[in-house]
Amino acid sequence: MKAPERKPGAGIRVLVAKPGLNGHDRGALVLCRAFRDAGMEVIYAGLLATPEQVAQMAIDEDVDVVAMSLLNGAHLTAFPKVAAVLRQRGASDIILVGGGIIPEEDKPLLEKEGITGNFGPGTRLSEIIDHIVTRVKKERTHS
Amino acid sequence: MLPNLRKLRGEGTPMSPTDQGRFPKRNLKQLKTERTVKADAFSRSRLHAIATAQRRWKEQVLNKWLSTSSERKTVFENLSGIPLNRFYTSRDIASNNYLEDLGFPGEYPYTRGIYPTMYRGRIWTMRLFSGFGTPEDTNRRLRYLLEHGETGLSIAFDMPTLYGYDADSPRSLGEVGKCGVSVSSLEDMERIFAGIPVGDVSTSMTINAPAAVLTCMYLAVAGKQGVPPDQLRGTVQTDILKEYMAQKEWNYPPEAHLRIIRDMIVYSTKNLPNWNYVSISGYHIREAGSSALQELAFTLADGFEYVKLGLNAGLAVDDFAPRLSFFFNCGMDFFEEVAKFRAARRIWARVMKQKFHARDPRSMLLRFHTQTSGASLTWQQPLNNVVRTAIEALAAVLGGTQSLHTNSYDEAWALPTEQAATIALRTQQIIAEETGVADVIDPFGGSYYVEWLTDEIEKRAYEYFDKIESLGGVLAAIKEGFFQREIAETAYKYQKQIERNERVVVGVNKYAVKEQPPLNTLKVDLAAQEKQIQRLKELRAARDNSRVQVALENLRRTFQDDEANCIEPILAAVREYATLGEIVDVGRQVFGEWKEPGIL
Repeated sequence: MKAPERKPGAGIRVLVAKPGLNGHDRGALVLCRAFRDAGMEVIYAGLLATPEQVAQMAIDEDVDVVAMSLLNGAHLTAFPKVAAVLRQRGASDIILVGGGIIPEEDKPLLEKEGITGNFGPGTRLSEIIDHIVTRVKKERTHS
Repeated sequence: MLPNLRKLRGEGTPMSPTDQGRFPKRNLKQLKTERTVKADAFSRSRLHAIATAQRRWKEQVLNKWLSTSSERKTVFENLSGIPLNRFYTSRDIASNNYLEDLGFPGEYPYTRGIYPTMYRGRIWTMRLFSGFGTPEDTNRRLRYLLEHGETGLSIAFDMPTLYGYDADSPRSLGEVGKCGVSVSSLEDMERIFAGIPVGDVSTSMTINAPAAVLTCMYLAVAGKQGVPPDQLRGTVQTDILKEYMAQKEWNYPPEAHLRIIRDMIVYSTKNLPNWNYVSISGYHIREAGSSALQELAFTLADGFEYVKLGLNAGLAVDDFAPRLSFFFNCGMDFFEEVAKFRAARRIWARVMKQKFHARDPRSMLLRFHTQTSGASLTWQQPLNNVVRTAIEALAAVLGGTQSLHTNSYDEAWALPTEQAATIALRTQQIIAEETGVADVIDPFGGSYYVEWLTDEIEKRAYEYFDKIESLGGVLAAIKEGFFQREIAETAYKYQKQIERNERVVVGVNKYAVKEQPPLNTLKVDLAAQEKQIQRLKELRAARDNSRVQVALENLRRTFQDDEANCIEPILAAVREYATLGEIVDVGRQVFGEWKEPGIL
């Protein structure tokens, strides 16, 4: 047995979600497993939750991060909608990261809404995990 | 090496002094005689001789070689978890009985292909999936592809259509026309097929949960064009079982969908002799992350469920099974794919004959469409995708596909541009017309490796069938999350292998370069959504709403009566311009919705 090491994601609660009408959940399910193996507490929103429902779930579950994935081209509508609902409901401290088929020119628009990462297919899982860990650390030192 | 082969190569035959330094001269007549000597490659003594020789080879040649240079990996294994030997010999397929296991093209068990002449008679159908934006956008793309030699139409629908929501539903916001064409009513279908005579083309519609509604819309369009139903050729995907397993696009709980599919089977069997009312699909199972083996096993298991559905509806197996067709993925593991297709044909034929007692050969032959793997495409160095797609397409052809979609190289970014879609079509044309691979049927038949792998995949598929049975059948296994978990675990395993560099994806985890994503990808603007919403508003005002209500109420009663057939009532509602969302909503009210089991 190896000595238990502190995993990079320990102490982070993350909601993995696919807001809207997109059943292509391969990436989301792989991420759930990778986040879990990185030590995070993972909640999966399931399919077909509306952006409002995703935001409410994030608040109810008291997560640090919402990791959103869409492959259907609706990211510019769905992701900012989640951000807007979180702001409305006073939960703008919840970190939002995105991924999927996201054209380069859409990324600045999403970042303006606080949605970072916006990883494309083929991104290393470790890169996504590092990104989340770094953002959570930053958020925690600020607050 | 066998003695007569040694002679054939001129080894052991002393050369005359004049031959020195030149190629050994051989007596052609003698060669011919030697070649016709009956060689029984699978006789016990021959196999024994090979085993002995192989042991010697291992000790004297292989081990010596390995002592100075090791292999790239300690274990060679494909993603299906099948360990691979260095090479294969006749010993590995010694149990193969040619007539029983392979047979001849167009004859049971169809391992070598489903037609006696295969591509020597007719090249596969080149069918490129397309559809985006408004119905007019898609109509233009379809006409463009027809003009450029495509022989079958294939239509992609947007997410709201796939989930049975109208373009003006709040749930559709931002999704209209994004990954396919938006269809909310018969009007949209009429626009898609404007100027396209539906009696002269074969149309494939990738639609599952609301497949019955879209089929009825197509029937209604045909009616308006004056084309009788029995002349319609095409396919609707309709395969809801793989939706619960993989693609996750459903409207209702599985039992409700299966009942509607039962009605489609019955209706189509009576009225649409050339319509493939279900295309049993492994494609999405694979894209969701499964291995080739899982794709094959789960898809065939689904196929058997649809056969049971037809039988339970009181049809005779040979009345409907000939219309069942399949849709597979083709990924990058070249030989595994070829073996998968061959095994698929053999399993289907055997089960249809032995378990379901089919007698019509057409019930036993597995016809399939193939799409190259979307998941194998990379956004990095996108032109590499042209090469990937070509290799996958070649494997599909060598596996004996009936029709083929080749992906465009830019699809890891966005919907394909016209230029990229043209290259994808040209890839197939080059394979068909320049390489010569279409001239000989099942050219890998007899390859020790491919035959062994075909046997191995078949064996392992049967192990999966047993597992599924032990869980209580496909439906019970879906509710338990069995397939979903299997697929997700394989997807994760694959991803981890890439992260650890145990598996290479060129341009991603090896040979990567710094690059900027391209910016000129095809975009569907939000104008498509606004236009569709406006049209729906006008439609709802212009149609006879009382007639729509009557049609929907009639449909509701049919849905409530499990014994009734719901296809005619859906067709009647479609003809009154009831919208897709209105029709599916009646079902939602009657059948309820579906929540999938957790699989983390």
